[in-house]
Amino acid sequence: MKRIISIGVLSIITFYNVNAQKLKGSDTVLPLAQKEAEAYMKKNKAARITVTGGGSGVGISALLENTTDIAMASRKMKLSEKMKITESKRSVVETVVAYDALAVIVNPANAVSQLTREQLEGIFTGKIKNWKDLGGENMPIVVYGRESSSGTYDFFKEHVLNNKNYAPSVMSMPATGAIVQSVSQTKGAIGYVGLAYVETNVKALKVSFDKGKKYIVPTVATAKDKSYPIARPLFFYYVASSAKMVKPFVDFILSPEGQRIVEQEGFITLK
Amino acid sequence: MKKIFEKAAHAVLFTSSTVSIITVLLIILFLFREGVGLFGKKPIEDGQVLLVNKLNPVSKLTSDELKNIFDQEYTNWRKVGGTNDSILLFRIDDIFNYYTEEELAGIDTNIQLLNEKVSELVGKQIGMVAFISKTQLVLNNKVKIIEVEPVSVSGFFGGELWFPTSQPAAQFGVLPLLLGTLWVSLLAILIALPFGLATAVYMAEIARPSVRSMLKPVVELLAGIPSVVYGFFGLIVIVPLVQQLFNLPVGETGLAGSIVLAIMALPTIITVAEDSIRNTPRSMKEASLALGATHWQTIYRVIIPYASSGITAAVILGIGRAIGETMAVLMVTGNAAIIPHTILQPMRTIPATIAAELGEAAKGGMHYKALFALGCILFLITMLVNITVEFISGGKRIKR
Repeated sequence: MKRIISIGVLSIITFYNVNAQKLKGSDTVLPLAQKEAEAYMKKNKAARITVTGGGSGVGISALLENTTDIAMASRKMKLSEKMKITESKRSVVETVVAYDALAVIVNPANAVSQLTREQLEGIFTGKIKNWKDLGGENMPIVVYGRESSSGTYDFFKEHVLNNKNYAPSVMSMPATGAIVQSVSQTKGAIGYVGLAYVETNVKALKVSFDKGKKYIVPTVATAKDKSYPIARPLFFYYVASSAKMVKPFVDFILSPEGQRIVEQEGFITLK
Repeated sequence: MKKIFEKAAHAVLFTSSTVSIITVLLIILFLFREGVGLFGKKPIEDGQVLLVNKLNPVSKLTSDELKNIFDQEYTNWRKVGGTNDSILLFRIDDIFNYYTEEELAGIDTNIQLLNEKVSELVGKQIGMVAFISKTQLVLNNKVKIIEVEPVSVSGFFGGELWFPTSQPAAQFGVLPLLLGTLWVSLLAILIALPFGLATAVYMAEIARPSVRSMLKPVVELLAGIPSVVYGFFGLIVIVPLVQQLFNLPVGETGLAGSIVLAIMALPTIITVAEDSIRNTPRSMKEASLALGATHWQTIYRVIIPYASSGITAAVILGIGRAIGETMAVLMVTGNAAIIPHTILQPMRTIPATIAAELGEAAKGGMHYKALFALGCILFLITMLVNITVEFISGGKRIKR
């Protein structure tokens, strides 16, 4: 009897070890990874994939501590994080699975419909405080951002704010959905979200990165032809030694079938 | 046989209480050991250094000055006690602005080459400050490393900026978080206490048994709802309400957080207070009524004083829930780390900060330790509240 139980337990453990994969990280990648995992598990009945969010930083730090198999990230791994991996004598594999454009959103009632990068920097670092300085109504600007664990937070800081710190008065929301909700119900609000999250209850701004010569609307098409400036790759990171286990799933995402799901979810395909 | 059984029961009780006490002490020990490690360490990321030209007279910077320099608020070395030279920032990715692709061939994997080039560059530019990795760093005689002032206790408690992931130097000022926590929880308890107490008195004394038997499960149900649900409710209902009511530019404020917390603390306060009110001996109530007191006089002259220790216990438990609550507050207070001047401003509380940031903080790093130090502060606040209430209710008992 005992033997049967122990064999049973052992086989369950090995079964899970072979087929169970854990994905953790970016909330931006989360909906995509979930859909991909569902499609993949439908095809491969034996596969078990669990996907959890938390932010890019959370995923990468889980990878460092060996509590996830794949870290999803919406930013590149920082040098300090790479160093930690190297210290533990492992090497990490980086794969771009899709691209995402970041849209700057405001309340639909806001008259302002376009901004330059310099103006965005002014808003998010706290230099510009009222919409009337940007050609809008006389009302204070309410700035929403993500928590510092978010890859979106880092990406926006690096590419739009020129690496300057956000103003302390920027409100940090725990999830992208919360930013959309808050911007839709706050008249003077501004925030940044992934393109896939833009709905009709918020307005996406046209953005110019050449000092106001050309303003570009964020759409899948403009992000794909690289004319929209705030676009970024989405990464999967895994440790080289676990490649055998995770590679089939990563390959599935890169396959035409997986890339179709990328498109359906409102992200930008690799090609 | 009976004796043996009794002995065994004693032993079980003794061990289980010892184990739980030891567990609590170990948790506290762990919390403080991790938290205290923050002080005296440099707030710069592990393995990174700041490099400047040797001719630069500045040799030490505070993290405040570093933030201003890298935010381009300070553009001249004079601001931090240096010569009249403009500040030139250098981050690793900037290397391609100074050298051609050919000169940098293979730089991705060759840290040594990268470091050589950076040292060479900093040696040439007098105003440059470079933020680079320390690994395999070779200093030539034209550059030096700038010291960063370590985190001090006064800087931690008095600091007004919370930028735990800011580069090159993180800022750990807990003042805005501490004030945010206190504002939100105190107001929450002020809102919850009158409502909770009134409901408890109503349920215990005034309501008919049929009404009571319906109310009680409803109140208890309130305690079973997950806090995320309260958070969403707050975000969608209370936040817009607060915004319209006070005509504010933004609804995510300390007040919205207080209201949500008050609702969450209600079931605890009601249940505990009601139980203690119902425990008033029948003889006392009847004596009061027999002396000619009205029902209301009996309630506030006899029953509430008798039940006061139970009511204070209800308040402590309520405050405990309010101060430690995380998820609901995270969603409705806006989480901006600024020093609050009114309750109608966005605030960031300590539990919300820990919950939002601990997941990404690398184990053992400065950010991780700072979050544990926040945990220590939270622990001390709760302990202080408990001791105060214990002291007050203890004093009352002696008088009686």
